[in-house]
Amino acid sequence: MYKIVRKKSLNPTVTLMDIEAPKVAKKAQPGQFIILRTDENGERIPLTVADFDREKGTVTIIFQIVGATTEKLNHMEEGDCLSDFVGPLGRPTHTEGLRKVCVVGGGVGCAIAYPVAKKLHELGCEVHSVIGFRTKDLVILTEEFCSVSDKMLLMTDDGSAGEKGLVTNALKSLIDAGEQYDEVITIGPLVMMKFVCALTKEYGIKTVASMNPIMIDGTGMCGGCRLSVGGKTVFACVDGPEFDGHLIDFDEAISRSDMYRGFERKKHEDTCNLFKKGAESNG
Amino acid sequence: MANMSKIKNPMPTQDAHIRNKNFDEVALGYTPEMAISEAQRCLNCKTKPCVGGCPVKIHIPAFIEQVAKGNFEEAYRIISLQTSLPAVCGRVCPQENQCEGKCVRGIKGESVAIGRLERFVADYHNANSKEKSTLPQVNGHKVAVIGSGPAGLSCASDLAKMGYSVTVFEALHLAGGVLMYGIPEFRLPKSIVQREIDGLKDLGVEICVNTVVGRTVSIDELMDEEGYEAVFIGTGAGLPKFMGIPGENLKGVYSANEFLTRINLMKAYLESSDTPIKKSKSVAVVGGGNVAMDAARCAKRLGADVYIVYRRGMEELPARAEEVEHAIEEGIVFKTLTNPTEVLGYYNPDNKRDEKNGTVCGIKCIEMELGEPDASGRRRPVEKKDSEFTLDVDCVIMALGTTPNPLIKDTTDNLDTQRWGGICADERGQTSREGVFAGGDAVTGAATVILAMGAGKTAASAIDEYIRSKQ
Repeated sequence: MYKIVRKKSLNPTVTLMDIEAPKVAKKAQPGQFIILRTDENGERIPLTVADFDREKGTVTIIFQIVGATTEKLNHMEEGDCLSDFVGPLGRPTHTEGLRKVCVVGGGVGCAIAYPVAKKLHELGCEVHSVIGFRTKDLVILTEEFCSVSDKMLLMTDDGSAGEKGLVTNALKSLIDAGEQYDEVITIGPLVMMKFVCALTKEYGIKTVASMNPIMIDGTGMCGGCRLSVGGKTVFACVDGPEFDGHLIDFDEAISRSDMYRGFERKKHEDTCNLFKKGAESNG
Repeated sequence: MANMSKIKNPMPTQDAHIRNKNFDEVALGYTPEMAISEAQRCLNCKTKPCVGGCPVKIHIPAFIEQVAKGNFEEAYRIISLQTSLPAVCGRVCPQENQCEGKCVRGIKGESVAIGRLERFVADYHNANSKEKSTLPQVNGHKVAVIGSGPAGLSCASDLAKMGYSVTVFEALHLAGGVLMYGIPEFRLPKSIVQREIDGLKDLGVEICVNTVVGRTVSIDELMDEEGYEAVFIGTGAGLPKFMGIPGENLKGVYSANEFLTRINLMKAYLESSDTPIKKSKSVAVVGGGNVAMDAARCAKRLGADVYIVYRRGMEELPARAEEVEHAIEEGIVFKTLTNPTEVLGYYNPDNKRDEKNGTVCGIKCIEMELGEPDASGRRRPVEKKDSEFTLDVDCVIMALGTTPNPLIKDTTDNLDTQRWGGICADERGQTSREGVFAGGDAVTGAATVILAMGAGKTAASAIDEYIRSKQ
């Protein structure tokens, strides 16, 4: 069993948890992910490692409440235990030899982009961060990004915080202003990553995108997480989760990601209703 | 007096049209009377060809003789000398190619039902035996076993009985490997597998689930830092193959591994499970092995019309005969001498947000005929000109076989592997690394439960010798 030692709400839909998992904490690297199960009937869901503390033996996860499992997870409290927590899985982010990088994060993807920016910063790389959110209430981790970035741009769709506009607008203006990046690393919603990659392709800047497809085992056994990259089928769990963004077939990935949309919607509603009923009967 | 009936005592089963809607075990097992009657069909012949057909050389006529006398516990003791998983192997061994294929009674009629008798004896023992396994005297040596499938379980069991402190590392959240995630409940009830695993724990074996060797911990760390003197790799062959035809990444195309894992391990067929599975109207399962049969029969139980699409003929199906029979009885349609060329997807040009966009709506196939024998000696299927047709399906399951997972190979220095990924090991399981042994599908490529179990046992004795020789 894996104890929740800290829980913190980052915004109404995004929660941070530190999980006691010494073996995972010992090995985790930015860019890798874990798979967890909340309980015996739970599904296995992949979440990217947001941070880790090797001394305390904890791994930080940050998740957005999107379905039944994340809803259940969000109802667990400090001291509760997850039934399963396995990792670290996938390959770490490639950070060697990079001197100047732009990290582009969107929404809850910023939680995953942050440890990458932090590691690059620690390695002495010049880090520019562009982080985007729908609106002010959803903004997370600005201070953290500031502390590891040489330049940071906050964007919101409605302009309620930072600049109004999309991350691609900010990235384009940086590039047009003459910033020369060895690499752009993008983590966020598929549609956002698709447009970031389309933009950097025009400019010929190498871009890495972190993928988070539907997955079961995370060890290469099921093939459910397969993607087309450069015309070849790859498994995100063992070959990734990061790939050359200019080679990823994003349209296929977007299509595959909603395979269980109907089921997930219903399960989420059922779960919410259960919690509501529980709250009513307790109240 | 021998029972000279030319046919086997039939196995009581659930009715085909009832069982194809539930996940309960299909075969119900012999009663003691049926078992004794069947055992009396054995002629106890001098040459014992059946033993030669058994990959682990179980003393078949000897255990059957005891069954005939009603000494079921003695029969169990004899079987246990060679196998640690009789309740499993009695259910899943391809007996017609092994022991039963060699039985002299099979020359004029049906062979003795050796598999059914093995199953009966194991089930009888499990239901009636009160003996508790005694904790062996510990010898103070630590061995790590990677993978908790048939190879790992049998290796761990033998080592624990010799007094070793054994830890089994399993990547998934549940031990059992393919016995848990692959073979369905209706063919191998999970309570039987769990019983084997609980038996291991009674022997003092520690089982560490949620541990991916190669990621969470490496073989070198196990040996250098955690004090394991030897390691057994029984990680199986878990990587699914795809055909490389257009449309394979459409929504609704599964590897058999994914489909079966969702059902068997994650229990997606139960309302209480949070794991989704596609509810299909019509499914094409591509392949002709046991995994294809399992996937097809699961899909049927979820309410779909199911086709098996296989490029050779009925005669060439590599699945166990009994599974093919059961599949036919359950209403699965066999499209043999048929090969898929493309998976077709639905696309609505007027509505890009149509949820059905990108989902499977059919599979294009071509008819095949058998040509000259190929390297494997089987006649090679060749395409029949202008014979394309489309099967109307909304789900495709690829059951084309599996290859070993490269994770251990990639994270262990100096561990030699074959070009196709199998770990190089001699007949005793010794790999190119001192103290590291391997067996089962990880070495041979996808094979059978019994061979993996046998390899695990052989490696256990090799590990014992190795550790003794160091002292």
